[in-house]
Amino acid sequence: MIRIDSVTKRYPDGTVAVDRLSLDIPDRSITVLVGPSGCGKTTTLRMINRMVEPSEGTITLDGVDIMKQPVNTLRRSMGYVIQNAGLFQHRTIVDNIATVPRMLGWGKDKARARARELMERVGLDAALAKRYPYQLSGGQQQRVGVARALAADPPVLLMDEPFSAVDPIVRKGLQDELLWIQAELGKTIVFVTHDIDEAVKLGTMVAVMRTGGHLAQFAPPAELLTDPADAFVEDFLGADRGIRRLSFFPSVGLELLTAPIIAVDATAEQIAARDTTDAPYLLVTDLDGKPLGWAEPGELTAGEIRQDQLLSYGRPFIAGTDSLRAALDCAVLSPTGWAVAVDGEGRAAGVVSQQTIGEAIRGAHAERRADGEAGTKADGKTEKAAR
Amino acid sequence: MNVLNYIDAFFSDSAHWQGYDGIPTRVAEHIQYTLEALAIAAAVGLPVGLLTGHTGRGGNTLALIATAGRALPSFGLMVLMFVLLGLGLAPVMIPLVVLAIPPILVTTYEAMRSVAPAPVDAARGMGMAETEILFRVELPVALPLILSGLRSAAIQIVSTATIAAYVSFGGLGRYIVDGLYQRDYEKVVGGATLVAALALVTLGVFWAAGRLSVSRGVRRA
Ligand SMILES: Nc1ncnc2c1ncn2[C@@H]1O[C@H](COP(=O)(O)OP(=O)(O)OP(=O)(O)O)[C@@H](O)[C@H]1O
Ligand SMILES: [Mg+2]
Repeated sequence: MIRIDSVTKRYPDGTVAVDRLSLDIPDRSITVLVGPSGCGKTTTLRMINRMVEPSEGTITLDGVDIMKQPVNTLRRSMGYVIQNAGLFQHRTIVDNIATVPRMLGWGKDKARARARELMERVGLDAALAKRYPYQLSGGQQQRVGVARALAADPPVLLMDEPFSAVDPIVRKGLQDELLWIQAELGKTIVFVTHDIDEAVKLGTMVAVMRTGGHLAQFAPPAELLTDPADAFVEDFLGADRGIRRLSFFPSVGLELLTAPIIAVDATAEQIAARDTTDAPYLLVTDLDGKPLGWAEPGELTAGEIRQDQLLSYGRPFIAGTDSLRAALDCAVLSPTGWAVAVDGEGRAAGVVSQQTIGEAIRGAHAERRADGEAGTKADGKTEKAAR
Repeated sequence: MNVLNYIDAFFSDSAHWQGYDGIPTRVAEHIQYTLEALAIAAAVGLPVGLLTGHTGRGGNTLALIATAGRALPSFGLMVLMFVLLGLGLAPVMIPLVVLAIPPILVTTYEAMRSVAPAPVDAARGMGMAETEILFRVELPVALPLILSGLRSAAIQIVSTATIAAYVSFGGLGRYIVDGLYQRDYEKVVGGATLVAALALVTLGVFWAAGRLSVSRGVRRA
């Protein structure tokens, strides 16, 4: 565990970047430092690998004061990833990644083999190994930065806004990759960002900092969204905190209707039988059970159902796996107001109305409240539904 | 008679190709002065430039020294040294070295300063020692600029080394000084042509050195 104990950083010009900050960073999880520009996130992160020396207070790593070991030994035990990656432009990709193993005295072949292994792990095509950094896109460079930090298999990874310079789609890919790497390798990651969505998505624990280097709140993301400590945190979380919180509610309990689903080759009797269900529309699927679109029962003639008759069904959610946020989003986007649930293979698993989703949300809230009163909420292990 | 005729006459005279005043001897002497002066200037300018550039300290002092160095007239300095030190190679070498240090020093400093800060930060953060950062992270990236500093120093030495002849040393300046004295313009033009050719060769040598020593990732080609 990394323990930051009432640490203050005063720069030579008098700026107090971090003010008596105390933070226990748990092992094998992602701790995100988030806050507005200039609130001391980078300073805090860089004090952990002694790129910045604290003015007061102590930082311990597994109980040992970080000031008590040689600085370069400490740094080699921590991967460090910065914005824009900071790759060595005169070295090929594979040699960039092999840097720390080479510093630790590994042979060239062994270090390169390790580098190639990491390229695969972070999703880089092996064909890029012999290229130079300028021949890579920003997103690819960032992946190389992550691979380089992981190369010597350090237990700790320090990341300072690693994904902020890439476009949103690439960023999402990098975030997913990081979550996957974390699940796989169990690193202790300290991640700095000023993007609250990124913090909520990646963090096991999120430390919200405010200007002047104060800690405003330290909590798991679901708790942050439920119970912001004060107006500053609430404001920082933004307007749609309620909607975003739904990411943490699984769609498992959602009651799905299967009656309004018919196949494209349905007979007249089948169509007529479905007409009696509660749903005002029928969901037509292809012969594999994959959704095609919505139609009003009266418009359908057996044997003559054509794609152009059907209303688009928007974006389906994966039953059980996706969160209530995804389900609600589907219902809101669907022209009929009904969301389509699919299984892992994309076959229609059922349909659900906005109203039912709304009831599920109210139910989930009530459950959380009851849990909170029972005192089981604060264990920091709120389960995260896939978002 | 035009310049081309002078050149033609100078180079086709077989007497100019042999003996202690022959072209091979004079060219060899000239190259020797150049290499010696360049080596001494680099031995001073490179370490100081690399170190000040790496730490970022001493830039102002450096600029001051460089300006002072540039302001000293080479010929005057040589005469002064000749008066002070008497006959010898030192009065020739000192002005050449003084001439070459500023471009090497200043360009090396600037080259090191111009290295992007992010890779250096990353290197330090991964636990690289400062000397390793200097030689393995900054130098390879700063190399093209550093070479250009050495190149302009070398070119300046090649053209200025002609002054050695004024204090009875050899080199290509011999032809120019003697030619002027003897009113043998063929010799003057021949000497000047050789100096120009040597300067071009110097450019070629540095181009080749750049191709060999600068990483493709830095050259971006
Ligand atoms: N070397 C320095 N000398 C003086 N003041 C500094 C130094 N580095 C940072 N600061 C100041 O300390 C405060 C915190 O800076 P820091 O870089 O930690 O912020 P940050 O939260 O990472 O901001 P951003 O999101 O913009 O990166 C700022 O007011 C900054 O101006
Ligand atoms: Mg920062």
